[in-house]
Amino acid sequence: MYNPFSLENKTILVTGASSGIGKAIAIECSKMGAQVIITGRNETRLKETHSLLTGEQPDYVVADLSNKEDLNSLSKSIPNLNGLVNCAGLTIPKPFKFVTQDDFKTIMDINFEVPLFLTQSIIKSKKMGKGSSIVFISSISGVSVSYIAGSIYSASKGAINGICKGLALELAPNIRVNTVIPGMVVTNILSEGQITDEQLEEDIKRYPLKRYGKPEEVAFAVIYLLSDASSWTTGSNILLDGGYTLL
Amino acid sequence: MEINDFISNFAAQFDETDASEFTANTEFKSLEEWSSLMSLSIIAMADEEYAVKVKGDDIKNATTIQDLFDVVVSRMN
Repeated sequence: MYNPFSLENKTILVTGASSGIGKAIAIECSKMGAQVIITGRNETRLKETHSLLTGEQPDYVVADLSNKEDLNSLSKSIPNLNGLVNCAGLTIPKPFKFVTQDDFKTIMDINFEVPLFLTQSIIKSKKMGKGSSIVFISSISGVSVSYIAGSIYSASKGAINGICKGLALELAPNIRVNTVIPGMVVTNILSEGQITDEQLEEDIKRYPLKRYGKPEEVAFAVIYLLSDASSWTTGSNILLDGGYTLL
Repeated sequence: MEINDFISNFAAQFDETDASEFTANTEFKSLEEWSSLMSLSIIAMADEEYAVKVKGDDIKNATTIQDLFDVVVSRMN
């Protein structure tokens, strides 16, 4: 069957695959025929994601990529890749006045440094060849908008968009590099309870399409960027926001 | 912890409202300066000053500063 979005015969590494958007990306990529290597910190949840993958899949890799040894051993142990999806991310919701240096370091480390140095390590080990694709999960926050108590998160995502442009330029013509910039997607990222359900309901009303995104919807954009359908697309940001930034 | 200490930390989050307006009985959500940023600031203040996790729902359910103080005290230690 004609399908330019197919991921057959592609091996793809997905970070942050134990939950949220990363989990959905891993599952959907496997349904599109990819060999998916998933990594994350929590083995129990990683195992669950692995059990939901379609087809015969490689083993999952438990790794804390903020640890240099874990990062280097991951990039050494993996086979050659056709795609890399940097998805691991977190936030610590705090008004700017209260942000500590530790908060700053944690957020920048997981959201910016880890994807950066994982990508570098994989490229240096020559595990990505001609026609391969790197995708960063960024956000509308820090690129076109921000939100209360999200200043450092926004900074980390803005930084990702900057590095994406630089990498796209340097890695052309062999490797394409793009981001997806979603609005709010239903995950556990705000599960600490600082924000009430009522506040989230109010926020949802500001989306012209009247709901938050689903992790699968982000995965579909990622599939496009990983597939040969996007072979002339590099350095771009795919906006998925239910119309939020129109207003 | 003394309630006066909590009230003064509470008041310190505000820029426009005079500190004298804050008492244990102040219905803080009626203050003109109250906002979602303020709500998150109070949560962060409780964490920083008292190492207590206050949730958005605690703020929602509280009317006066005393109500919030009681939540913080109940979660200390």
